[in-house]
Amino acid sequence: MTVTKTEALPVRSGDDVVRVRQRVRALAVEIGLGLVDQTKIITAASELARNTLDYGGGGDVRMETVLAGTRKGLRLTFEDQGPGIADIEQAMTDHYTSGGGLGLGLGGAKRLSNEFHIESTPGSGTRVTIARWK
Amino acid sequence: MDRIPILKLGGALIVSIQVDMHDRLALALEEDLTAMIARTGARGVLIEISALEIVDSFIGRMLVSIAAVSRVLDAETVVAGMRPAVAITLVELGLELTGIKTALNVERGMALIQVRLSEEDDGHGSDRDRHED
Amino acid sequence: MSTDGAGVLERILTEDEAAILDAWNTALREGASLQGGRIREAELRTQAKAVLGQLRDALASNSLDADGEGFAPLRETLADISRSRAIQGFTPTDTANFVFSLKEPIFEALRRSADVDASTLAAGVWAAGKVLDRLGLHTMEVFLASREEVIGRQGQEIAELSTPVVRLWDGILALPLIGTLDSARTGVVMENLLQAIVDEEAEIAIIDITGVPTVDTLVAQHLLKTVAAARLMGADCIVSGIRPQIAQTMVHLGVELNVVSKATLADAFAVALKRTGRKVVRQQAPAEERR
Repeated sequence: MTVTKTEALPVRSGDDVVRVRQRVRALAVEIGLGLVDQTKIITAASELARNTLDYGGGGDVRMETVLAGTRKGLRLTFEDQGPGIADIEQAMTDHYTSGGGLGLGLGGAKRLSNEFHIESTPGSGTRVTIARWK
Repeated sequence: MDRIPILKLGGALIVSIQVDMHDRLALALEEDLTAMIARTGARGVLIEISALEIVDSFIGRMLVSIAAVSRVLDAETVVAGMRPAVAITLVELGLELTGIKTALNVERGMALIQVRLSEEDDGHGSDRDRHED
Repeated sequence: MSTDGAGVLERILTEDEAAILDAWNTALREGASLQGGRIREAELRTQAKAVLGQLRDALASNSLDADGEGFAPLRETLADISRSRAIQGFTPTDTANFVFSLKEPIFEALRRSADVDASTLAAGVWAAGKVLDRLGLHTMEVFLASREEVIGRQGQEIAELSTPVVRLWDGILALPLIGTLDSARTGVVMENLLQAIVDEEAEIAIIDITGVPTVDTLVAQHLLKTVAAARLMGADCIVSGIRPQIAQTMVHLGVELNVVSKATLADAFAVALKRTGRKVVRQQAPAEERR
């Protein structure tokens, strides 16, 4: 798998979340994702960006267009240096929330992606990677 | 700060969301709508979202919350014009728009609200559930 | 003494080009590569000449690595030929033989060559075998890749073709599903139906599954998602045509299809008409409501 393009954006305010959505859309269009797939990855990005902001105390997102064989994909990595998640399994459960939201963020983002990966160390931060393939 | 304009038409309030919703805008809309329902005694709220390219759980929560507050103030909420891609994504996300009626477009949405208004004029109680077999 | 295979081959191809080309063309013609007119002889000759020329150029780089830089133009030409063979419907054997049938003419030419001793001959034969085998495999890889591409495209076309959304009445759509539903196909079906609901401003969509052989948990889930998405857009769905044995299986599997369902498309249509405030009556008295 080769990375064909990398971009990064900060996630530190509500306006940043909007900017992340707009860049993700542009990249999704660029690799030729269909309308429904575009909507799914943008929505997933929006959920994760908000998680980074609300629970991680802000962080960054790395956006990469990737190529595996002839398949194009979009990979997003959200990273924060926040408190981390002690029980990932519980955090992935629908309707579980520690911050008063609907608790669909992580589980929802996973369902909207083809690939989902989460790493978290309590006390030092969380990294979530998702990918959507054409 | 920008605010989304709210129109009053008969006993209904109409909102058309035409921009990418950022959080403050969503919260402002919720506040404005609540105040407007209380002030005008509107019985229906129509939110038109055909221009919205995504509805994430934040915007979904705002819609559900508007509907809940409206209900307390005796107004019914109809969301009209959701795009197919948005609907598919919402279902996959697992978000349920509880307490919200839906319509294909503004015209149908207004018709739903009119039905409720005329039913109440006839003295019938309000029946909020969707008709099912 | 020269046992440099690439050099030997290059010299032979330069000195004896006309004879090799002639013998190769004969072999191709006899080897049924013309495929009963799928390709013209003149075209085949042009391709053979181009390939031979590029093979000589590639060998001039003094390398036998058919995957290397010097062979790039030749690989490109062979890929083009291979792709067009795949589209023209040649068999894999015919396609590979295009390259392999060049072996014999080259071996012959090596043997004819007067000033070649045994070890040079061996080096030449070995070199020709090595290069042509690799190139033959290359044509096969491209051939298969293009076939896969064709199959993939057809698959998508079938998915789109086999899900027609029909308008039954003003505001009433039907989606007659036929064949097995997998997740890729269901995705296309779902999108088509929801888009048709928007385009036709449909209030009710009937999903008829008479032609679906089995309904497992996954298919039921897809149906439910479609119904839920339609509801979010402001349209209702009715599922029709659940056959008795499917209904049984579903109950046994514990699959719940929590939607309005009717036995036949006709029943569903009647419900749809009623819900949209219409009824069907006989033209002559006594008027009778059809159900």
